Amino acid sequence: MRLTNLLNTTTFRLALIYLALFAVSVLALLGFIYWTTAGFMVRQSEETIAAEITGLAEQYRRTGLAGLTQVIIERSRNQRHSLYLLADSDRDPIAGNLNAWPEVETGPGGWLDFAYERAVGEQVETHSARARHLLLRGGLHLLVGRDISDRLEIDRLMRTSLAWALALTLGLGLFGGIIMSRNMMRRIEAINRTSHEIIEGDLSRRIPLRGSNDELDELARNLNAMLDRIEELMVAMRQVTDNIAHDMRSPLNRMRSRLELTLREPPSEEAYRSAIEQTVAEAEQLVHTFNALLGIAQLEARSDRDSMTEIDLAETVQDVVELYGPVAEDKGIRIDVVACESIVLPANRHLLSQAVANLIDNAIKYTPADGTLEIGTRKTGTWAEIVVADNGPGIPEADRERVQERFVRLEASRNSSGSGLGLSLVRAVTRFHGGTLTLEDNSPGLRARLHLPIRRLNQIAGDHK
Amino acid sequence: MRILVIEDDREAARYMIRGLRESGHVVDHAEDGETGLMMACGGGYDTLVVDRMLPNLDGLSLVERLREAGNGTPVLFLSALGDVDDRVRGLKAGGDDYLAKPYAFSELLARIEALVRRRSPGEVETRLRVADLELDLLARTCTRSGTRIDLQPREFRLLEFLMRHAGHVVTRTMLLENVWEYHFDPQTNVIDVHMSRLRSKIDKNFDQPLLHTVRGAGYSLRAPD
Repeated sequence: MRLTNLLNTTTFRLALIYLALFAVSVLALLGFIYWTTAGFMVRQSEETIAAEITGLAEQYRRTGLAGLTQVIIERSRNQRHSLYLLADSDRDPIAGNLNAWPEVETGPGGWLDFAYERAVGEQVETHSARARHLLLRGGLHLLVGRDISDRLEIDRLMRTSLAWALALTLGLGLFGGIIMSRNMMRRIEAINRTSHEIIEGDLSRRIPLRGSNDELDELARNLNAMLDRIEELMVAMRQVTDNIAHDMRSPLNRMRSRLELTLREPPSEEAYRSAIEQTVAEAEQLVHTFNALLGIAQLEARSDRDSMTEIDLAETVQDVVELYGPVAEDKGIRIDVVACESIVLPANRHLLSQAVANLIDNAIKYTPADGTLEIGTRKTGTWAEIVVADNGPGIPEADRERVQERFVRLEASRNSSGSGLGLSLVRAVTRFHGGTLTLEDNSPGLRARLHLPIRRLNQIAGDHK
Repeated sequence: MRILVIEDDREAARYMIRGLRESGHVVDHAEDGETGLMMACGGGYDTLVVDRMLPNLDGLSLVERLREAGNGTPVLFLSALGDVDDRVRGLKAGGDDYLAKPYAFSELLARIEALVRRRSPGEVETRLRVADLELDLLARTCTRSGTRIDLQPREFRLLEFLMRHAGHVVTRTMLLENVWEYHFDPQTNVIDVHMSRLRSKIDKNFDQPLLHTVRGAGYSLRAPD
């Protein structure tokens, strides 16, 4: 990972901004600490100096030069940090612990800063001092000050440590920022890498999860779910293509063979007519299969729910039952419609009718004469259910999932007509409505249950399964 | 009747036009949307057969413009898009019927003829009559030669549709769409079973059959010659 890459990441930029803000706050905080501690020391010593010099001036007024000199000599003797100097009008020292009057101009308020030499043991050190200068009556100069070398040292130490603290803060922040963005970037790069692999054609790849349940994991999970759906659609599409190839080729081939054969045989109107009629019938069947396939594929790929309206389920089912009633009756099959209470739910009436029609059609086809069909609608909580049960041969448990696939026809039904798409369409319609299709044993026979969620129409918008 | 076929597939148009002419219609042909619109606006047609996908101007826009111009000639859409939604879009744009390709010619012919009949309703009828068969739309009763025939509500609607199109062929899909309002193709011959029931009710005890099966096309209710 190169630095320029790092600089370009959102996380790192955020970290930098955060760091800058943090540095400003730390600077303000340390500045405040410095101002209160160091400033306090300066102010306090200046106040003492001011008080002391006023006291000495008072002393001079009461006791004259002799008294003042006395006090200054006394005070100078025991002091290490306090500096005193009483000088005449030429600023030649009279008394005090300073050897000479400092060679600096007196600043505003009578304050002056200077350096002086001081004997410590054998050695002479240069020290810094701050003092106040007062002009006494009779042209005398009084200087009272403090040695501020220690204070300056503390000041310097403090400033150094504050600088270090700031540097450390910034350093740690920067380091943290880099680590954080690297970590983030590594995870995002993992997502990108997987995406690239998928773009290049490996649709089975999935983005690794960290299991931390954070928003990146959530993103990865959603992307994976999206990929699952895409893969599902791709597989379905491939299946459709395969199925078309397989199940459309044979009838097309049959048609061509028949026509070729008819052409080769001696011309006879009767043979021509019969061949053409058979071909037309077969073409019609092909179109039907093709339409059913396309319909299923469209349903599976579709996401818009615009075609749904609020319908009464019982009424819809009843209408289909009525359509198939005479067919069942002719076969000697009784249709019992059970417990049809009114259930209003959003659905595509056309599709749902077709699904129910397919179920009833199947049931009639496989139920022997004198059999019974039970058709019911029921409501349990927020789910509606359509049940179509027959007492025909049923479907062995192992095959119940399989028969919902396209073109799957069980051995038992090879002789009856049908494209093998009926149940696939029912399943596609059910899924389109957000429901499930289950096939059960009706001992004997088959019971198909169509579960549909009861929602309000406006709840469906934005719903994705 | 005069029919304008707007279809860019020449081969398909040729078959269709030949079939329509053989059935006694006068047919014109336009190969693209703009020409079609111009010819349709020129008027004088009893019905238009419009393909959904046309060069220059697509079928939907063509019909929309035609309707905006106040032209109400019945339109039958032909489309390779057979989805229910496409059908709805076609009807919304001002089409009167919608037929998905590939279609049987008999289906097309029956629908075109039904379109033109629908256009001229005249006054609101309360009583339909074909030979001695009578349907009272207000009292919801059916009689033949004065004998009362009991009909289920759906049978009544079925017979009403057949009588409104008396003398003409109606296809199974037309019945399914207009009587049951379903737009799918039930594999089983459900319509045939309903028709045989109806036939046993209105024809069984009478000398002259009124309800006829038209081979390869559908049914026709007509008075004996």
